[in-house]
Amino acid sequence: MKSRHKKLLAIGLGLAGIGIAAALILNAFQSNLVFFFSPTEVTEGKAPTDRAFRIGGLVEDGSVQRQPDGLTVRFVVTDTAKSIPVAYKGILPDLFKEGKGVVAEGKLGTDGLFTATQVLAKHDENYMPPEAAHALEQAAKAQKTVVPQ
Amino acid sequence: MIPELGHFALIVALLLALTQAVLPLIGAQRGNLTLMAVARPAAQGQFVFIALAWGCLAWSFLVNDFSVENVARNSFSQLPEVYRFTATWGSHEGSLLLWVLILGFWTTAVSVFSRHLPDDMVARVIGIMGLVSVGFLAFLLTTSNPFERLIPAAPDGRDMNPLLQDWGMIIHPPMLYMGYVGFAVAFAFALAALISGRLDAAWARWSRPWTTVAWAFLTAGIVLGAWWAYRELGWGGWWFWDPTENASFMPWIAGTALIHSLAVTEKRGAFKAWTVLLALTAFSLSLLGTFLVRSGVLSSVHAFATDPARGAFILGFLALVIGGSLLLFAWRGPKMLTGGSFTWFSREALLLANNVILLAALGTVLLGTLYPLLMDALGMGKISVGPPYFNAVFVPVMAPVLFLLGIGPLVRWKGDRLPDVFTRLKWALAVALAIGFLLPLTLEGFNPWATLGFVLSSWIALSVLIGFRERLKNGGRLGNLPRAFWGMSLAHFGLAWGIAGITLVANYQTERDVRMNVGDFTELAGYTFTFQGATGFPGPNFQGMRGTVEVARDGKKIATLHPEKRVYNASGMPMTEAAIHPNFFRDVYVALGEPLDDAAKSWSVRVFHKPFINWLWLAAVMMVVGGFVAASDRRYRIAVKKLEAPAGAAVQGA
Repeated sequence: MKSRHKKLLAIGLGLAGIGIAAALILNAFQSNLVFFFSPTEVTEGKAPTDRAFRIGGLVEDGSVQRQPDGLTVRFVVTDTAKSIPVAYKGILPDLFKEGKGVVAEGKLGTDGLFTATQVLAKHDENYMPPEAAHALEQAAKAQKTVVPQ
Repeated sequence: MIPELGHFALIVALLLALTQAVLPLIGAQRGNLTLMAVARPAAQGQFVFIALAWGCLAWSFLVNDFSVENVARNSFSQLPEVYRFTATWGSHEGSLLLWVLILGFWTTAVSVFSRHLPDDMVARVIGIMGLVSVGFLAFLLTTSNPFERLIPAAPDGRDMNPLLQDWGMIIHPPMLYMGYVGFAVAFAFALAALISGRLDAAWARWSRPWTTVAWAFLTAGIVLGAWWAYRELGWGGWWFWDPTENASFMPWIAGTALIHSLAVTEKRGAFKAWTVLLALTAFSLSLLGTFLVRSGVLSSVHAFATDPARGAFILGFLALVIGGSLLLFAWRGPKMLTGGSFTWFSREALLLANNVILLAALGTVLLGTLYPLLMDALGMGKISVGPPYFNAVFVPVMAPVLFLLGIGPLVRWKGDRLPDVFTRLKWALAVALAIGFLLPLTLEGFNPWATLGFVLSSWIALSVLIGFRERLKNGGRLGNLPRAFWGMSLAHFGLAWGIAGITLVANYQTERDVRMNVGDFTELAGYTFTFQGATGFPGPNFQGMRGTVEVARDGKKIATLHPEKRVYNASGMPMTEAAIHPNFFRDVYVALGEPLDDAAKSWSVRVFHKPFINWLWLAAVMMVVGGFVAASDRRYRIAVKKLEAPAGAAVQGA
């Protein structure tokens, strides 16, 4: 092989490698995106039932119930318009509290129960997770446009 | 009075920074030695005044001056003294002040250790660093004044975020910033070389030790952050691919590529344009990291109160720095001559491959970090990209770099013969493959990820050892090997060590969440954990519950651990303090969840067995020390002197 051919071959192999890598990366990216839905959107049926997503809002006052096994917790996440029941098995983050903001990641069951695999902590007492704040904002907006009718 | 003095010192520092930026740059352009001579004293003066301002802020924190808003927000009269001091950089304003303080430190270091450099080069480098300082000081003074008074004064402070009350956090930010800001030196050298058109090997040699030291600091900063997360967050994880972590990891990847590319530029005169571009990238990513973390767009422990003016300022500054430097690059870059030629199998080619793959890895992290922000900004919905994406993509992309790492240092510059190199490395390859396939079988059965990790780590470690053996066989003595070689070998060996640790802990860790009454026990990885109850105790600025968990193995007690649950007085914020029993081979880790009954007799408890986790920290120490050792190589001092001799003196590579 002449050196020019070698060079072409090397460039060709390089491009093929980059192409394959890019395809793999974008594929992994697509399948690992986690979308966010507010409780209102979930009740409207906009959320998928076959893949994990995040919900956020406030933990409804008086909704936290510990199950008999001591580790499973049930609570309700609300954006003040709609509410979603959530179940989570494990140790909750320190700043999980009724009436405070929360973000949960997990899957929605056919029975409407959201089974969380992760409950995200806030890092600061006064700080609201942006997703939770977003959900409350959306709900407030929706209510404003609905009420006058 | 003291806070006003600090504020005044900051203003003086800004004026000095302006002087330091403008006069030397003009002087260098006109060849005016008097103007160029302003650079050093202006830089040193600026550092003195920033240090003064910083000292005033630290003083306000130490004496609990709650008439300063920053202190009232981030400190507390009951806060232990050491945390009052570290609270100085615990806030948004304070951390930016630390940023400019460190920039002043680096600039002063350049002004002191640059006696042998041409005057115009020094003037330009210090001038450019002055411009960066002007940007940050203006930002501090206009949007984030750390000395803002609170009238009337608060009776007491709101306390520092309890998560930050840990001694890992005392040194994490300064180390991280030493790294971030250290890349400003490489950035300034690259821009100065672009402006002067003097893009020769000398420029690469000048900026090499600075870049390596900055990289070592950044490595230390990142790992300290991981170590803090591991001990303090109580979830047992040490890396979450959180955007704030990625923000520091991206400049690290770019910096890693840069120190390797600089090696080629220095030794062979090749890749000049590429190296310049990497220097611009590394610093731009440091700024991006600062922006991501400080502007409040991310929800994390680092995100302070959001203020749109701040975000807009940093974004504008970022655009100016990145845009300006890229424009300069586009204008002057094409004038750069390409260096020596090399074949496809040479150290140059392998380092090029290293660079390309590292940048691809950087791209995957950048995509995963910025895409959600972009979607959000465009109003296209809120999404998040979690660890599964990064694990699925980053590891496979990095694997080829790690494989090449075992070959690169043993291949000659310009060109080598593949069969020869294969002969030198075939035993290492065979042993690495054997370890990779057999070791998992003795643990929990075949596992492709474990195999990949073990093959790569033993491959790199063996290659490092072969490097030493060959040097010694060629008549070298261990004490005579250049420090650059020692440093490189140590850093590479540390990396191998770290990969082994990561592989072991990621694939073989176990954890269990359990409900425990007093006297209950649970078993994990051969250890028995017996819960003996929890009792209340008062802390300096919190009320705590201290649990007692006895850990035994084969009926023999090995440790009594005391995990804590605290509620901080000022903020009412609860915190988990995990208790860890470490040794060389594993950590046993216990964290208290929450009391499950009113009498606090029954608790949810989380126990972890973390095999070989401490190898990670040990590996980081090796990499950091390796960086410092490499940067202290004699060559950087001697070779520079040679340059003052008539041009054309051949530069010998090690």
